Formats: sequence, structure tokens, C-alpha cells
Amino acid sequence: MDKSNHLLTIENLVKHFDISGGLLDQLSIEKGRVKRHRTIVKAVNDVSLFIKPGETLSVVGESGCGKSTLARTILGLYPPESGQVFYRGDRIDHLSSQQMLPYRTKMQMIFQDPYASLNPRMNVERILEEPVIFHNKSIRSDEVTEKVAEVMDLVGVDPKWSDRYPHEFSGGQRQRISIARALMVDPEFIVADEPVSALDVSIQAQILNLLMDAQEKRGLTYLLITHDLSVVEHVSTRVAVMYLGCLCELATVKELYNSPRHPYTKALLSAIPRLGVRQPKHIRLKGEVPTPINLPPGCVFHNRCTYADDRCIVEVPKLLELPSGTFVACHRVEEGRLD
Amino acid sequence: MKRWQRFKSSYFLYSFRRDPVAVSSFTVFFLLVAVAFLAPVIAPFNPYDTTIIDIMDAEIAPSWMEGGEDRFWLGTDIQGRDLFSTMLYGLRTSVIIGLGAVIFQAILGISVGLTSGYLGGRIDAFFMRIADIQFSIPYLIVAIITSAIFQLAFGVGRFEQMAMPLLIVIIGMSEWPKYARTVRASVLGEKNKEYVEAARVIGLNRRIIMFRHILPNTLTPVLVISTIQVAQAVMSEAALSFLGLGMPITKPSLGSLINAGFEYVFSGSWWITFFPGILLVVFTLVIILFGDWLRDVLNPKLYKG
Ligand SMILES: Nc1ncnc2c1ncn2[C@@H]1O[C@H](COP(=O)(O)OP(=O)(O)OP(=O)(O)O)[C@@H](O)[C@H]1O
Ligand code: SF4
Ligand SMILES: [Mg+2]
Repeated sequence: MDKSNHLLTIENLVKHFDISGGLLDQLSIEKGRVKRHRTIVKAVNDVSLFIKPGETLSVVGESGCGKSTLARTILGLYPPESGQVFYRGDRIDHLSSQQMLPYRTKMQMIFQDPYASLNPRMNVERILEEPVIFHNKSIRSDEVTEKVAEVMDLVGVDPKWSDRYPHEFSGGQRQRISIARALMVDPEFIVADEPVSALDVSIQAQILNLLMDAQEKRGLTYLLITHDLSVVEHVSTRVAVMYLGCLCELATVKELYNSPRHPYTKALLSAIPRLGVRQPKHIRLKGEVPTPINLPPGCVFHNRCTYADDRCIVEVPKLLELPSGTFVACHRVEEGRLD
Repeated sequence: MKRWQRFKSSYFLYSFRRDPVAVSSFTVFFLLVAVAFLAPVIAPFNPYDTTIIDIMDAEIAPSWMEGGEDRFWLGTDIQGRDLFSTMLYGLRTSVIIGLGAVIFQAILGISVGLTSGYLGGRIDAFFMRIADIQFSIPYLIVAIITSAIFQLAFGVGRFEQMAMPLLIVIIGMSEWPKYARTVRASVLGEKNKEYVEAARVIGLNRRIIMFRHILPNTLTPVLVISTIQVAQAVMSEAALSFLGLGMPITKPSLGSLINAGFEYVFSGSWWITFFPGILLVVFTLVIILFGDWLRDVLNPKLYKG
């Protein structure tokens, strides 16, 4: 893989959370011996993918499969256990916060909850000017004001409201302000973690359109996290499907929706009704989603997969590139026994 | 100007004006503090000026009683000082020590709580254990030991000069864990909110995130406990002075006045203890009443912004 052609590359990224608590909570007595037992949440397991400049890569998967954790690890909010993150070919996952500063203006994030993502004690002007002033100490104050007004215009919030506080705005307007804050430093790459799922359905389309417009005007690249498959089809270039912290399949929207390869993707897509397409039979998954604390051995999907065999129970499937350009992690697909 | 407009139309002011207890307790508090700080202007005598004190004037009864004199409205104390003037100066001393101790506690406690809560891990465990230890030592013991050591080391004269800052530090030291715990608890609630992550994505350093972003969002409970803490500090100072560990009688606080007059209650000069006592009770009571109202109105569940 040629990393410098890609905007972002991640290789074998692993992120675990230790939730065992204090030392005393970890100790237990087994057969007369004191044992130390740790509880680890394996939120992201060995995920590799790349993002091309200008595209929208969507990450889908059910709640708790590690989408947000993946996003935050990419942005350096969580240190990864292992694996690497490259931005335009430069490794960024092990940098100090000082060394990270130049990348902070290039990568930004939009959050899910517009009620928690804006500091309630700061007015809009302060929220928006802070990143600009922080990264450009010598900027003149009239330039800052101008910039704030320009970006507020772009996101569709009247600049004359700039002295208002977040609680005076509606959810949709707050999300616009949140987008404006991300745009203030002129980033190239924006991670949007479920940017519309907390909003009314009527507002969702407006915010998505705003994101698409901004992408067109500014040549942005998005990593869009969502669990809404109809949104995904509408806005993305490629889609990554995650299950229990693992990447199952990564394909272009067209490939994924027309010929899903991974058994989990097939099941996922069979659940959404689509117009004009002959609906495949709804695949009903058996069993429960295991917890990321007790990750099943082998393929993480094996206890629910209708195609699972002995190999699936012991061996972790590798991510494999198919001739169509789709990446899939499944033994069955690898063996060519599933189409 | 905008801020003032905003304040004028706020829920805070609205509910303040509707609550007679809040209005009256705040008014009394404000008047007492004003009078205390204007003591040099208002008081008819300067109790610190030894040249105008005449021991022959000692223990004169309040002016409306038999043996009272018009010069001394509330009578005089055992040294012949005008009680009213001395009380005003005493209130000022008490207020300064109370506020000083609370500012000391607050700065120390807020810094510790903020650092502890935001950084977590070993630093957190370390500071919180210190807070536990500090909290489990009664301040009286600390005060007794400190003043004893100080008097031994520097002599009584020097102790009397240094009494005020020393009391501020002693009372401040004994109560900072309250602030540290309150702030830490709020920080734990705030630090995982998305606005803090947004600040980290911008690249802001820890100090800016802690002080500019998180701290302002933890100040509501701090404000609420501060009122109670001022009352508490004034009481602690009075208690220490009453035990003779506080302000010297030459520069009395309310507590030392109460102490000095206490021996004379049974010989008939009850006013020397009674009036400073009433003033102390009224002063702490209005603070506590106001603090109660503040806690209700700033309750995050009811808070309307
Ligand atoms: N800070 C944390 N400490 C401990 N465990 C965490 C932490 N953050 C996430 N987890 C756990 O990691 C797993 C993945 O969580 P994550 O938030 O990434 O899922 P998600 O795919 O974003 O889900 P959702 O769609 O609900 O947002 C979950 O089991 C979660 O409980
Ligand atoms: S590897 Fe096996 S268990 Fe996993 S998805 Fe493929 S067939 Fe199913
Ligand atoms: Mg999430």
C-alpha cells in the first residue's frame, strides 16, 4: 500500500480499555491462591484501512462495536495498544501533544451530542475563535471576527447571534455551530461521529446536506460514523462494516449494497427495505452479540454465522482484497465457497 | 453592558427578587459587611488608638441603662473602649479572616481538585489520601499546636502581630479538602463530556482545558459551599479566639470580644459578651440563609441558565 497517496492509513490498530478498577478489586482467591484478574474491554481489534483524499468513508456497525473508539484512537484522543496511524504517510500515533499540533489543524471532529459538545459557559464567538487564535497567535482581532462571520455564514447560523450562548440554540443549530468550530482551522479531514443521530429526522437531512456542501466547497475528506444504513448509501464513497471491534468488510457503496460478501454484511443489509430491488430473504441472526470483554476465539462472528465451520472457531480470518477491490475478512469468502 | 442586560432578565435575579428570605438575608449581609469595612469612618472611636482609651471608662453600661453615658451607645468593655466601635472593628477583623480563610481554602482546594480529577490515576489517589488525612485531624488540634509552636519560636509579641495571617492559614488549611472533593466530583462528571474532547482535538494543552473549559463548569457547587464556608470560618475563628488562641484583645475579633467579656457576665456586665455574640449569630445566620437559597436556585436540575 502506498501510504503517501492516502490521506489516512491505519494498520493493525488495537485499542483496549482496562476496566478492572483498583488493585483490591482485581484480586480474587482461586484454589487457595490469590490471583490477579484484569477485565479488559477489547474495543478495537486489529483494524486496518485507508482513506483516500476527498472521499467519504462511512463506518457502520451496531452499538458498542467500537466505531467511536476507532475514531478517537485515530485522532489521538486514546493512545492505541498497538498498531499505527499515518497521515499522508507520516506516522502520527506516537507523537507528543506538542508534535501533534500541526496535525490538529488538519484533522477535526464533529460529535454526536450537540448538547454536550459545546461548552455551556462560552458564547459562540469564543467557541469559534479559540481554535483559530490558539493555532495562530499573531492573527489580528479583526481577521478573527471576519473569519468567525465567514464560517458562521457557511454553516447557516446568522453571525449576529455570535454573542449568544449554546443553550439559546436548538439542537440543529448547535450541530451547525459544532461543524463551524471544526471548520475554523481549515481542516482537510473531518471525523464525524454520528453527527445526526441525536437530531430530529427533519433536521438530519439539513445537517447532512451542510456536510456535503462543505465537502464540495472545501475539498474535505470525511470519516463518517453512523448506524443508519440509509444515510450511508446516500452520502458515502466507501463503507467499512465493523462487528465487535473487527473490520468485516470494506467496499464501495455500490459493491456493498449490490453484492455484500461478508455474512454479517449480508444479514445487515437484508434488514433494510429497498425500493425497486428484489428483496433477498431476510436473514435472521441467531444468538447474542458476545461482549467485547470475552471476545470469542477465531472469527468474532462465528457464534451467529450460518456458514461457520471448524476453521472459523479457531482461526481469525485475515482481511483480504478481492478482485473487485472489496476487502473482506471471512474464511468462506477466502475459500471461494460463498458468493 | 450586555452582560448586565442578560443578568437583569435572568432566572437567577427573578427568583432572588421573589424570595423575601433571600432578599433580606442578602441585604443584612451586605449592610454588615459595608459597615464593617467602613468602621474607621462610622465608628465614633478608634479602639486601636490607645491614647484615647481611659481605664476609668471601663464597664460603663449601655446608654439607655442606669449608669450609662451618651458617649457610649452600647457601653464600654473592660478596658474602657466604646463597645459599639470595638464591635465594628471586630466584625471587620472577623470578616477579613473569614473571607481570607475561604479564599485560601478555595484556591488550594480547587487547584487540587481540578488536577486530581482531570489527571486521575496516582496523582488523584495521592491527593485524595492527603485530603482524607487532613480532614481527619481536627482543626483545633492543628491550631493549638501551631500557635503554641509559633509563640515559643517567635515570642508572644510577634504572635500577636502575626495572628491574622496565621489564623487565615490555619482555618484555610483545615477546610481545603471540602473544596477539593467538591471540585473533583464535578470534574469527573465534566471531563468525559464531548466539549472537552473537542478542546483536545483542537490541541489545547491540559492547563487551558482544565482552567478555561472545565473549571467554569464546576463553579456552581463551589459557589454554594463557599457561603457556608465563610460562615464556618467566621465561627471557627470565633471559637479559636474564645479559647484564647486567636486574635489578641488589643485587636479583637468578635470571638475575642466575647471571650474577654465572658468572665464579667456574672458580675453584671453582660453587654460586653452579649452584643458581640448577637452580632456574630446574626452575621453567620444571614450567610447560611443566603447560601441555602443559593443552593436551591443553582441546583442543576432546576437551573434555567
Ligand atoms: N472510555 C472507555 N472505557 C471503557 N470502556 C469503553 C470506553 N469507551 C468505550 N468503551 C467500550 O468499548 C466498546 C466500544 O465502544 P464504542 O463507544 O466505541 O462503540 P460505538 O460503536 O461507538 O457504539 P455506539 O453506536 O453506541 O456509539 C463498548 O463496549 C464500550 O463499552
Ligand atoms: S469466517 Fe466463518 S464465522 Fe466468520 S463470517 Fe466467515 S464464515 Fe462466518
Ligand atoms: Mg459511538
